[in-house]
Amino acid sequence: MIYRESGDFSETYPADSQTFPIKFDRYRYYAVLVVAFLIIPFFINDYWANAILVPFLIYAIAAIGLNILVGYCGQVSLGTGGFMAVGAYACYKLMTAFPDISIVLHILISGGITAAVVTLFGLPSLRIKGFYLAVATLAAQFFLVWLFNRVAWFYNYSASGQINAPDRTVFGYLVTGPNTEAWAKYMICLVFLTFAGIIARNMTRGSLGRKWSAIRDMDIAAEIIGVNPLSAKLSAFAISGFFIGISGALFFSVYLGAVEVGEAFGIQKSFLVLFMIIIGGLGSIFGSFAGAAFMVLLPVLLKNILVGGLGWDTALAAHLEFIIVGALIIVFLIAEPHGLAQLWRIAKEKLRLWPFPH
Amino acid sequence: MLPDQFLFAVEVMLNGLMAGVLYALVALGFVLIFKASGIFNYAQGVMALFGALTLVGIMDGQVPFAHLINAIFGTDVHHFGWHVPAFLSILLVMVVMVGLAWCVQHFIFRHLVGQEPIILFMATIGLAYFMEGFGDLMWNSEIKKLDIGIPQGGSMWIEEATTFLGGSNFYGFFIDKLEIVASVVAVVLVIILVAFAQYTKQGRAMRAVADDHQAALSVGISLSFIWVLVWSLAGFVALVAGIMWGAKSGVQFSLSLIALKALPVLMLGGFTSIPGAIVGGLIVGVGEKLFEFLIGAPFLGGATENWFAYMLALLFLVFRPQGLFGEKIIERV
Repeated sequence: MIYRESGDFSETYPADSQTFPIKFDRYRYYAVLVVAFLIIPFFINDYWANAILVPFLIYAIAAIGLNILVGYCGQVSLGTGGFMAVGAYACYKLMTAFPDISIVLHILISGGITAAVVTLFGLPSLRIKGFYLAVATLAAQFFLVWLFNRVAWFYNYSASGQINAPDRTVFGYLVTGPNTEAWAKYMICLVFLTFAGIIARNMTRGSLGRKWSAIRDMDIAAEIIGVNPLSAKLSAFAISGFFIGISGALFFSVYLGAVEVGEAFGIQKSFLVLFMIIIGGLGSIFGSFAGAAFMVLLPVLLKNILVGGLGWDTALAAHLEFIIVGALIIVFLIAEPHGLAQLWRIAKEKLRLWPFPH
Repeated sequence: MLPDQFLFAVEVMLNGLMAGVLYALVALGFVLIFKASGIFNYAQGVMALFGALTLVGIMDGQVPFAHLINAIFGTDVHHFGWHVPAFLSILLVMVVMVGLAWCVQHFIFRHLVGQEPIILFMATIGLAYFMEGFGDLMWNSEIKKLDIGIPQGGSMWIEEATTFLGGSNFYGFFIDKLEIVASVVAVVLVIILVAFAQYTKQGRAMRAVADDHQAALSVGISLSFIWVLVWSLAGFVALVAGIMWGAKSGVQFSLSLIALKALPVLMLGGFTSIPGAIVGGLIVGVGEKLFEFLIGAPFLGGATENWFAYMLALLFLVFRPQGLFGEKIIERV
């Protein structure tokens, strides 16, 4: 009834090919932006920022990055945790080496450094594929975590082996360090996520994204119609690495503030982000958001219900979380391989005709 | 008399061989399932953990789901108060593993037939998570001691017999008895598996399925039965691996991580070859210990064992993607 497209004509080609061709979708998108930028920052408190919103925003960036690689280009990576660590440590080194340059620039450069590292580890993808490649990316995961743990230069020879984010400001407001206010953390992550989302969305529906999809669907056929597998695959690795690096830098500098590499960027993180895109939807930007939201909310929700509501102990809730996440992965792969994004699409189709489906 | 440094290197190598046998044991389970169904079973390590947990649970007479029951009903149950002998409990766990194999086949992979390998792989990651939570929920997540009477500690006999090789600083090779037992068990297991595959009806059917699903189906072999069989076999292998690792370092979460170590073993040996799994396991075991001893500890700050195997596999993949003994079925990109 509300959601329909009748009377919604596009008169120009750009109008027809925009991201949200239906007026209602477009207004909803603007409404989400208004709420996210102009309303939430005034009501946010520390609990909401640290438990839900900031991790959601950061994981969404990582999920977009991984989705480009896995969902769009079909190259499975289990090294996300290690790649996020590259972003985090690059950001730390830049922050401490050049304290006068803006943190925003540092985060962007760390994204670039991560892109280079990921491309390097993506080189085997030119010879191997499928889970052979997945195992090759595991090599990256373990090697990188070991490297940041053992080579003291990366953590500036600090005694604890941890890295701590120094205080940095954007427009005079603190965004990193222990005294940062909740809204500032939220805003910087939101800005990065917004740009990441817009860039990724437009990249994936442009010629580059079509090349990636062609490689994913059938690499030999793609090569025959003139897609260069070398540049297509490596560009997917690089761009995915860029986003993952940014999310790693934000995760360290804004969200955690102090990082011990094996704990924060271990293999579990790789799986977490992979689960986000499987549950959210492979090959969908909206799916990356949905999956990140789901995987951030699920433990919080379970904890509130089981520990807060029923009074069970936390270990039990943690075990149940494992069971539920594992079962959900399997259920999604069996019942809805395209994840939450597909459910959303179906819901929209239904809504279009509702309440007169015939 | 040989120089001490050389003897130490030999000792490191021997220990590496023993560790390699354990890696090979886990890798074997992977190969079995991969050959028969094309599923790359990430959950193999968790199956080992689950098997070991269940074994300890049954032996000590733990109440399954005690935590959950206590939380729901406010009771305080934890043990039945009996002790089941090791042999009987191992048989019981084998029954559990068969049940698990049936469940996996019936509830998961039956619905995923014909999907891409990578989807199946991700499904096994989900399975691994599920079983990890399930195992912990059932038997709680404390570190448990597993003692089924395997001798442990250094073998004095070997130490004394080899002392004459070196100078006054050398006290003979130190080799854990447990690892000797593990090697013997692994060798016996491989012989049994090979004999099973070669000489029994079910074994032949299994190989037929591995060769060609459709052809096997057309001569009347039940695919679902074979798959349950293969998953059960993999479950047994996982159980043996779980017992060995569990006896060595306690039954705990980190046991499931040995599955990750088995991946480079498979890349070296080839995904489809049982001898490959063994040789790959030995190469990785010896390689990582020697690398740590010769290069890692003196020059790189140690703990290189975490990644050495992966890097070796990565390099190997670039030059010989099918592994040492694998079939040349990998499509070049």
